[in-house]
Amino acid sequence: MNSISNMIDWFVSTGVLNMAMIALIYLTVFAVLGLFLVLLERKVAAWFQLRIGPNRVGYLGLFQTIADALKLVSKELTGTVKADKFLYNLAPYFVIVTSLMALAVFPFTRDLQAFDINIGVFFLVAISSIGVIGILLGGWSSNNKFALIGAMRSGVQTISYELSVGISLLTMVILTGSLQLSEIIEVQKSGWLIVQGHIPAIIAFMIYMIAGTAETNRAPFDMVEAESELGAGYHTEYSGMKFAYFFLAEFINMFIIAALATTVFFGGWLSPFGITDSLPWMGLFWFLAKTFVLVFLMMWFRWTFPRLRVDQLLTLEWKYLLPINLVNLVLMAVIVWLNLTIQI
Amino acid sequence: MEKLIFYILAVIMIASAVAAVSSRKMLRSVVYLLFVLIGAAGLYFQMDYNFLAAIQLTVYAGGVVVLIIFSVLLIQHIEMELEVAKKYRQSISALLCLMGLSLVLATIYAHPFEATGVTTTTTTAEVGRALLSTEKGGFILPFEVISVLLLSAMIGAIVIAKGGNEIEKSPLEKIEAEKLLEEITKEVETEKVPEENIGV
Repeated sequence: MNSISNMIDWFVSTGVLNMAMIALIYLTVFAVLGLFLVLLERKVAAWFQLRIGPNRVGYLGLFQTIADALKLVSKELTGTVKADKFLYNLAPYFVIVTSLMALAVFPFTRDLQAFDINIGVFFLVAISSIGVIGILLGGWSSNNKFALIGAMRSGVQTISYELSVGISLLTMVILTGSLQLSEIIEVQKSGWLIVQGHIPAIIAFMIYMIAGTAETNRAPFDMVEAESELGAGYHTEYSGMKFAYFFLAEFINMFIIAALATTVFFGGWLSPFGITDSLPWMGLFWFLAKTFVLVFLMMWFRWTFPRLRVDQLLTLEWKYLLPINLVNLVLMAVIVWLNLTIQI
Repeated sequence: MEKLIFYILAVIMIASAVAAVSSRKMLRSVVYLLFVLIGAAGLYFQMDYNFLAAIQLTVYAGGVVVLIIFSVLLIQHIEMELEVAKKYRQSISALLCLMGLSLVLATIYAHPFEATGVTTTTTTAEVGRALLSTEKGGFILPFEVISVLLLSAMIGAIVIAKGGNEIEKSPLEKIEAEKLLEEITKEVETEKVPEENIGV
């Protein structure tokens, strides 16, 4: 008995218990959030195609994706006989763990931030560059040609577009002078960065949204799982919960891209013109409202533009986005140097 | 607590390092190598050296390992296994490894490590200043040399990818292909003419 109470004391005193509880809360909240993002996607798709969308399970079909998740959990886990079992089982965890790790650094309001690391933006870029390994491993170890082609395409795409995401964020970092996400928001108390940096900031935002959409492998950049060519791409051979991990990670990544854009370009949890500064908890509302507007923008892309070819995809990145981005970086440096920023 | 994390990381790193060299499947070795690199990043995080840890993750885990996986994906099939080396080769490499290990251990134990009392987080600004300072302790020269090296590597990659000699050959091939195409089209046209006459 004594040793158990000692252990509990140790857990509490070292903060392990706190960390575990925070991790559990984050996991639950974002798993549910991912499910509702799937529902939102289906509703938006239905809206764009003049359909009604899911409307049978629960009020207005609100519980549709929860029912889907229960179905996925209870499904049999099938796999190919000649697959590399170890890598096949490992791959989904790479994808889901990296996207959940990235969520830890976001400041949802002034006090709601799990991990305020001093290299925030760079940490996000670093973490997101690991997620692609899961896709590559999953594609290769399934021992399926469609999965392999999907994985190769994903690798090409992510390596290329990571550059644009990184450089467009770097453009904004010149303006903030800090990589720490909480400080980036402090800076924006005198105007959101997209206003402060005006022309180069708007260009950086557009490039960031294009590259971010490509990095999450969403249409019009979804060559990775082009249904008409590759079955389901890298996760063709996955079923049940392991498929659900890939699926959930894709939607959480979309949320991450939108949340990072909110933090870096649109003032994070700051309210427009400071209208709710007296109510600190309203920060959460503003953060989520801005993020969901951007999530809607990404869904809008998906249901509006047709899919690109691989060569068009690479041409867009290497011949257009990257040079524009580099010039934009210099332009932003000049504007900050000459103090031409707009301060409210 | 910190000690516990350090030992967990160290055990993971050593176990996966051994697994990386002993595994007979190439892609598995790469994944074990990835674990070693991520473990090193974890050690940097523990030392509060966040910038270096993130660099480790982006450059090694996100860049180098992805490139290695790419090349394995291109050349290896899932059923291929690496050969087990011959006995005398195994013994030679084991001997060399032991020599290297003893050298490293001797250096580490001979070095008088000083315990720094308060650990301060190295900020990105400090790293940037140190990289670009021309004063004593600045790293401007190695920084510039490395950037020139990277530039030459990029140019080299482009030259290799373009393939100098094949550029002269390709017009000839084109001409041959065009000749073939013309012949085919001629044949098709001559075949087509009577059909049209019949139609008229």
